[in-house]
Amino acid sequence: MINHHVHKKIGQIQFGLMSPHQIKKMALAKVVTPELYDKEGYPVDGGLMDVRLGVIDPGLRCKSCGGKLKECLGHFGNIELARPVLHIKYVDTILHVLRSTCRECARVLHNEAKIKELKDSLSDNPVLLAEQLREMREISKKLKTAKKCPHCEVEQKPVKLDKPLTMVEDNQNLSPVEVRARLESVSDDDVLLLGLNPKFARPEWTVLTLLSIPPVTVRPSITLETGERSEDDLTHKLGDIVRINQRLFENINAGAPEIIVEDLWELLQYHVTTYFDNTLANVPPARHRSGQSLKTLTERIKSKEGRFRHNLAGKRVNFAARTVISPDPKIGFNEVGIPKKIAMTLTVPEMITTWNIDYLKKLIDRGPKSYPGANYIIFEDGKKRNITDETKEQLLQEVTIGCIVERHIIDGDISVFNRQPSLHRMSIMAHKVRVLPGKSFRLNPAICNPYNADFDGDEMNLHIPQTEEARSEAEVLMPVETQIITPKNGLNVIGCIEDSISGIYLLTKKLSFTREKACELLYSVGVKTPRLPQRATVTGKEVFSSVLPKNFSFVGRSSDGEARVVIKRGNLESGIIDKNSIGEDNGDLIRELYKLYGDERAITILGKLFRLGTEVLLRTGFTITTADSEISSELLDQAQEQIKKANKAVKDIIQQFEEGKLESMPGLTPEDSVEMKILEILNKVRDTIGGLVFKETDHDNPIIIMAESGAKGKKLNLTQMSACVGQQALRGKRISEGYNNRTLSHFKAGDRSPMARGFIEGGFKSGLKPHEFFFAAMTGRDSLMDTALRTPKSGYLYRRLANALQDLKVEYDNTVRDANKMIMQFSYGEDALDVAKTEGGKLNIQRILDSIKK
Amino acid sequence: MSTKTTDYPALPEQLVDELESLSKERKLTADEKKKAYALLAETYDKAKISPGEAIGIITAESFGEPGTQMTLNVFHFAGVSEMSVTAGLPRLIEIFDATKAPKTPQIEVYLEAKYKKNPNAIKKIAVSLKETKLEEVVKGFSINASKMRIEARLDHAKLKTFGIKGNMILANRIKVRGVFVNQTKTLIAIKPKVKTTLGELYHLKEKIKLAFVHGVKNITHVLPLKKGDEYIILTAGSNLKDILQVDGVDTMRTRSNDLYQTAKVYGIEAARQVIMEEAEKVIQNQGLDVDVRHIMLLADVMTAKGAVKGITRFGITGEKASVLARASFETPLKHLVTASLTGEIDPLNSVIENVMMNQPIPLGTGLPDLVVRMDKKKAKK
Repeated sequence: MINHHVHKKIGQIQFGLMSPHQIKKMALAKVVTPELYDKEGYPVDGGLMDVRLGVIDPGLRCKSCGGKLKECLGHFGNIELARPVLHIKYVDTILHVLRSTCRECARVLHNEAKIKELKDSLSDNPVLLAEQLREMREISKKLKTAKKCPHCEVEQKPVKLDKPLTMVEDNQNLSPVEVRARLESVSDDDVLLLGLNPKFARPEWTVLTLLSIPPVTVRPSITLETGERSEDDLTHKLGDIVRINQRLFENINAGAPEIIVEDLWELLQYHVTTYFDNTLANVPPARHRSGQSLKTLTERIKSKEGRFRHNLAGKRVNFAARTVISPDPKIGFNEVGIPKKIAMTLTVPEMITTWNIDYLKKLIDRGPKSYPGANYIIFEDGKKRNITDETKEQLLQEVTIGCIVERHIIDGDISVFNRQPSLHRMSIMAHKVRVLPGKSFRLNPAICNPYNADFDGDEMNLHIPQTEEARSEAEVLMPVETQIITPKNGLNVIGCIEDSISGIYLLTKKLSFTREKACELLYSVGVKTPRLPQRATVTGKEVFSSVLPKNFSFVGRSSDGEARVVIKRGNLESGIIDKNSIGEDNGDLIRELYKLYGDERAITILGKLFRLGTEVLLRTGFTITTADSEISSELLDQAQEQIKKANKAVKDIIQQFEEGKLESMPGLTPEDSVEMKILEILNKVRDTIGGLVFKETDHDNPIIIMAESGAKGKKLNLTQMSACVGQQALRGKRISEGYNNRTLSHFKAGDRSPMARGFIEGGFKSGLKPHEFFFAAMTGRDSLMDTALRTPKSGYLYRRLANALQDLKVEYDNTVRDANKMIMQFSYGEDALDVAKTEGGKLNIQRILDSIKK
Repeated sequence: MSTKTTDYPALPEQLVDELESLSKERKLTADEKKKAYALLAETYDKAKISPGEAIGIITAESFGEPGTQMTLNVFHFAGVSEMSVTAGLPRLIEIFDATKAPKTPQIEVYLEAKYKKNPNAIKKIAVSLKETKLEEVVKGFSINASKMRIEARLDHAKLKTFGIKGNMILANRIKVRGVFVNQTKTLIAIKPKVKTTLGELYHLKEKIKLAFVHGVKNITHVLPLKKGDEYIILTAGSNLKDILQVDGVDTMRTRSNDLYQTAKVYGIEAARQVIMEEAEKVIQNQGLDVDVRHIMLLADVMTAKGAVKGITRFGITGEKASVLARASFETPLKHLVTASLTGEIDPLNSVIENVMMNQPIPLGTGLPDLVVRMDKKKAKK
């Protein structure tokens, strides 16, 4: 075996500044000319693209290490600056050091006693020291007000920063040379008291005399289609620096007047500054010729698209696929349908052993173009070979035990399926592969809820784990069946939905079949040995019971809270199964099954229940028409009568209010009380109308069936369609007056009548009046705005929470600790219970007692 | 701590209590009870959290996911429009940020036993809590140009409703710098100590209007309410320290929704409790369901260091030991610069740095530190 699995691990990272000495030592080339390439297009020696700094052209070899492109990581170079310049990111530090040290003797402005006290408090532990140094800096910040040096008694002058980077002492500009000289003369011991660690950051290193040049590979140029080269922004910027630096050298050597030298020096300072940060206030950003500002070092690191969040914290992977999803109620909950094309592109590495050599050879023989085949072979020496029709024969002869074959994925392989935004752990679950014709991923509609997916064009990602560790983790920790219960609140996120709920509702409510039909139905669901009584006709309840385990007992409630659902020893004795038992979020029966029989059995039973529901509807038929929301004209008249009555009542209240006779409710202004009262009346009207509608509608009405079973919709929807939409509420109130004391130009100013404040009298079927439609659109718009504004806010909250809490873990002693082992909780949640393993956050003691006392 | 002796000391108190009360209800025999305890211990063991579980991320997810379903509606009326309360996502953000100045601070003032059932006494206390300004107890202000002073005519009827007795009290209470205050029975005269122009006097008048004369500062509204079988006073604005000084206020039960005030007056454990209660309130108001354990953990993290810390770059995240973890959150350059100056060491012991280094993270299955030496086996052969 070639893999020795010895991993080098990075233990810790030390931060610090680079000293000129280090920069020089690290540099493999000195850059002296702004030119990049010679006439042949070959990099100039001593230029920014010097081949000693690494190569970006295929074919060239690095002069430093001899490596080719991708072998050589690149090497640093340096520039000797003609005059020192300040490092923009350390201007605050420079100012701080200047202010806190004596201008004559360069000692810290603390008195001797204080110096001793502070020095003694410093720790030897490097981790603690860093922390202490931060405090030191805060302490010594106060020194800027010191008038006199306690050591040499020289009077101190105030140092100011003339933004962005000129040091001014008592109206006298300090040149970087002077600044550097002062910083140099501060002793190591004093530097510590200023909050700097002299081992890693001498203050004078913040004034640059040498500039490190990053390797060419950090700033690769791109070749355009025209053959023209386009250099990276950093190269441009460095070119500017080199150019000005050379000119400065020449002028100094030629003994040019001080003014010219100063100007060039300032220009050099500008270029070095924008090389580090091009988004500074008070500094005009350096630009391309096109006017676009250059992206320099700071911009490379910063923000979401910067190095940290884009490249380091987020990584890209191979062996992944993405396509549109579509529903397939016939596949299992823990399966995912994969298009053949994807199955033939993604592969699983499988090592050849004596036991599978024949099977893998067969796959190699089929090649990459027929399914199931194989795409690559990795030989024991690590060489990877493409399988093609030409190489096939030879490869078949060469393969030995120990080679790895990258074969196509086949049914039963494990895959990791994900939909963004991945808000909780159920957004990434492991599914078994099922290769299907077509071009979309297929998933069972019942698991839309954990992914929060629908099929209006959603796309999802699929990953194939490549190592044994990854596969076993996916298979043990991530399958759909292990994620039935959410750790958020201990309720089930997976359950029956829509058709399967109404199907089972109907089945357990009133259906009956001939025994033959029932057996057939159950067989189609996957029940091979139905437990049906020997009778010519069997009830739906008995059919339902056949799906349940023999020894299953359960007591629950149906949605309306009236009927008790009783299951005894695998028999549904009474009650109707609806959303409250088998639905999402609150399916008591599902949780009970999960608890008693474990995840694998629970998911198969759940799958059968789901199929049973849909199969029942397939066999009995279930449909709605517009006629189902039709109501009689008498009822419509009655509804109108109710609305008229309400209108009158409202009118009375308004009149009372306007006459000042209305008694205001406790704690409310008269305006608020009148609104409250009106709202109360209007909400009541719709409810009474709803009541009338339900009284007339048949119990077999499919809309009612769907609403009662909890499959889809509410009873309110029927009322709104057939009779009365009701009051439109904006921010918990009726729609209030606009700019001219009225909602719309249809109404008089100050009109408080229901019609003028967003009460919709008709139903959707009869159609809305123009003003009613407008009010409905208002509330619709309001909720759209709300969603649009909410998403980024809650996204940021989530990011902050995740960032703050990501290091917390439960230790072996049940304490919750952070990365530094600081205790947050002595026992997780005070009882060390995992919410995902509880039932709604609790343990069911009743059941324990039930099992003891029968 | 539980005083009951069972054979299962590892069981949490609540579970033991529940089992005890239920077994009494169902009249279990001693033998059956023993069996029940054994079964409960087994169930409990199975439901215990696994070591290494990334509980922090689960907590973050448990708030992040329902966060997308919350409304943005800032106001939720508690009856009176002035007494509105921030609700939904904005309030949740306020709590988790540990905002120093929440939008709608509020105090629930509980009263001592002798007052709590007497609606009249309540009203009296309520009025005495409300911050009263000078302009609220006078008929009007006028400028006396000849005497160069401001005169305010007292409204005795109003004074009475605010429960302010004794005239001199007012004069002593007006604390505006640089003025003499004189009071007769009907008049308050305010005269600047130094000579001023008429224009300045006008400015002073505006200032004097808002001078604090009575009640508790920052309490802008009061509302006596009936809660259960007693009366409480709900206030808009929070000033816990001063309210607890008022006679008749029950210092044991009065609570504020302001985290910092609570931490300062009652201590950090009380602040933790307030974080939990306030977060729970928001979540329940929105019709959502998040287990208390998550809220508890978050409150514990926010208060673990003895002071209320928000979930911001200045709070918890800003105090992490790892430079890279801080840098990857917000303002990366600031963290890198300070790290370089102090010669900081990143110990690489939390999650995000190890992701950056392409190394296993120290959570869950990444926790065990075992390396299998594959070549050793070969050597033995």
